Amino acid sequence: MRAVLARQAGFSLRRRLVWQFLALSLLLVVALFFAVRFAAERASRASQDAILGAAVISVGDGIRALDDGLALDLPYATFSMLGAMGDERIFYSLMIGTRLVTGYDALPQPQTTPDDLSPVFYSNEYKDSRLRLAAITRRVLLDDKVQEVVVTLGQTRYGQAAIARDTARSAVWIGLGFLILAVPLALWAIRAVIRPVDRLAGAVARRGPHDLRAVRHPTPRELVPLVGALNDFIARLRGALKLAETFIFEAAHRIRTPLSLVRTEAEIALAETSDEATRARLRRMLRAIGESSRSATQILDHAMVLYRSDQFSAAEIDFAALARSVLRSVQPIAEMRDIELRDTGLEHPCQIPADERMIEVALRNILDNALKYSHSDGRITVTLQTQAGMAELSVKDEGKGLPDGDTDLTARFQRGSNVGDVVGSGLGLTIVSEVAAAHGGKFVLEPGKEKGTCATLFLPQS
Amino acid sequence: MRDLVLAAIISLCLQAPATAYEIEEQRIFGDGSDEIRVLSTTDLTAISPVLQDFAETRPNMRVRYDQAASIEVFRAIHDEGAAYDLVMSSAMDLQMKLANDGFAASILPKATGLPSWARWRDQLFGVALEPVVTLASRRGLGDLSVPRTRRDLIAMMREHPTALNGRVATYDPQQSGVGYFLMSQDSRESEGFWRMAEVMGRLNARLFCCSVDMIEELRAGRITIAYNVVASYAARFTPDDPDLVRLALEDYTFAIVRSALVPVNAPDPGGATSLLSFLLSDTAQRRFAADSGVALIPGTGEAPSAHLRPIRLDTGLLVYDDQLRRAGLLAEWNAAMVQP
Repeated sequence: MRAVLARQAGFSLRRRLVWQFLALSLLLVVALFFAVRFAAERASRASQDAILGAAVISVGDGIRALDDGLALDLPYATFSMLGAMGDERIFYSLMIGTRLVTGYDALPQPQTTPDDLSPVFYSNEYKDSRLRLAAITRRVLLDDKVQEVVVTLGQTRYGQAAIARDTARSAVWIGLGFLILAVPLALWAIRAVIRPVDRLAGAVARRGPHDLRAVRHPTPRELVPLVGALNDFIARLRGALKLAETFIFEAAHRIRTPLSLVRTEAEIALAETSDEATRARLRRMLRAIGESSRSATQILDHAMVLYRSDQFSAAEIDFAALARSVLRSVQPIAEMRDIELRDTGLEHPCQIPADERMIEVALRNILDNALKYSHSDGRITVTLQTQAGMAELSVKDEGKGLPDGDTDLTARFQRGSNVGDVVGSGLGLTIVSEVAAAHGGKFVLEPGKEKGTCATLFLPQS
Repeated sequence: MRDLVLAAIISLCLQAPATAYEIEEQRIFGDGSDEIRVLSTTDLTAISPVLQDFAETRPNMRVRYDQAASIEVFRAIHDEGAAYDLVMSSAMDLQMKLANDGFAASILPKATGLPSWARWRDQLFGVALEPVVTLASRRGLGDLSVPRTRRDLIAMMREHPTALNGRVATYDPQQSGVGYFLMSQDSRESEGFWRMAEVMGRLNARLFCCSVDMIEELRAGRITIAYNVVASYAARFTPDDPDLVRLALEDYTFAIVRSALVPVNAPDPGGATSLLSFLLSDTAQRRFAADSGVALIPGTGEAPSAHLRPIRLDTGLLVYDDQLRRAGLLAEWNAAMVQP
């Protein structure tokens, strides 16, 4: 029976995970770019501010008040150093109040007057450039009074911007590199995540048709609810099936008992009456009763086999002895129809692990079938042999054989297309198949070499 | 006597206000229709062959070359906004100030091999390395030994005041941008410089605006020693004139970088860039290196000797232009020159 595919959900979990991973990673790379740029900008601004601060202090230190004026020794090395990173432009001014002492005119002044210990930092525009400026105050004695000289030093930050940009750019390349490295890893991880689901599906799919045990396959914690639901469902299904089987078993049982009573009564009536018409009617009745009771027996057998398959427990039995005893039990029917029963290979004991009741039912059904479809004066050959660890019991008859195209007669209530008026329930071969399957063996029904049918039951020896 | 005294707050206008800048010489190379205007301190005679080459390879262009003193060059661009395509000067501090103050455009000439210390951003490009040497006249020295260091020079000037009185020459830092720049560098480099200045002052040293004038006086036999002469000017005479001695003093010899920039208001920045690329090309560089005796771009001429100190093109040069500092240095120079 083919597994019915679940309706396509329209998306693949795997693909969705991959896309989500890629989208998230790209988002992270972009975030990385901005974060690194921000951090690099801050870090380089802090270090460059430190240099600028030291520079403005050293310029301030170069101011000297003389008897009649002011001297300034601008430090060459300081200016050289300030410009070094990224070839920055440099502007400076010395102001007393609003009067320019030296340097660049109209250089932006700090909002608050700086003190003479720590410089004030600020940013502003000057000569079409964005400047970072630092200012410090120096007090000098000029014209017999203390005057405050504000020293302002500004530089462009082309280098800083370039560094931040380059750093952020390399961060992006590193991020993309990681992404490329991570894609196969992610694919592998996703496969690892999905593998338990596949395994669970495989474990459930591999089960036999009657295996309704709860799923005990080790599952990841996330799948426990799914397995729980599955097990619940299986339990309900098993309950429903059991109910049905019990019902059938009960029904068959309850029908069989009154039937045997009716049969006995009919046989007595047949013996006591001499009216031919009544006798013929009674015989037809007996025949119908026989068929019904036979069907009931088979339904019971079937229910029994299903039940015992479910609770399967095997013991060592002698297959040959069992076959002999079943053969003996059908001997009277064979004699009644002048059918010769032959057996080979039944004299040696053949030990197999099996459920004796089930095997017995299977054998009886095979022989029953053979007898039913054999012509009178025919011959049925029962052969037992062992081959490749399997005990093979084959029953050959010389009857009608199998019609072309009838390949699966082992399904429930399935009967051959050439049965004619031979009565039957269609359950016999189903029972045999199920017994074989429960024992890990198989049942093969094939046309005989010349005529008739050959039914073979394979059962494993260990 | 070191005297840093000067007026407390100096008026900004060291230079007299708004007189038009002065051009010393002018020549036009080539007869194409597109004119590239060059303003430069470089001696016309020295650069003519290179510009001639350039004009020949580009028949549609012509180069108008204006030669001026370095302060004039600076003034023309900084104060008067004169329309030039390429500005070339040996006064590194003034060129640096022009670039720093935003007068230079960003350009992309072919500058393969140009060392990073000889350029500033994409605005200021070194064109040639010019050692600053001391020239002496063999006849004038007579039996005096040729000095090898500044110490020797000072000793010689001290020991022979009568022979050298009025026969020592150097730049006038008040007239010449290069002269002021060299004096600042000297004062930064060596404590002994002021001592030398005093000795020169005592000898009634003659001060000149330009290297060329000094060389002419030297060749005419009117002076014996010319201190701080840009070597490329002397190059024209030294091989032919056995009387001229070129001294690269061994304690240190500066090499200034002649640099070029394209002003932001240049009418033809593209033409200027191609001219600058040509000046930086192998052929032009070999010619400059042959003139000055040392290569700016490695491989185009003689490598710098051990005592040569090339001055870097960087923002440190800005300090020389500070009015206060300038006034202080000039005051000190004057005090040294004018003996009581």
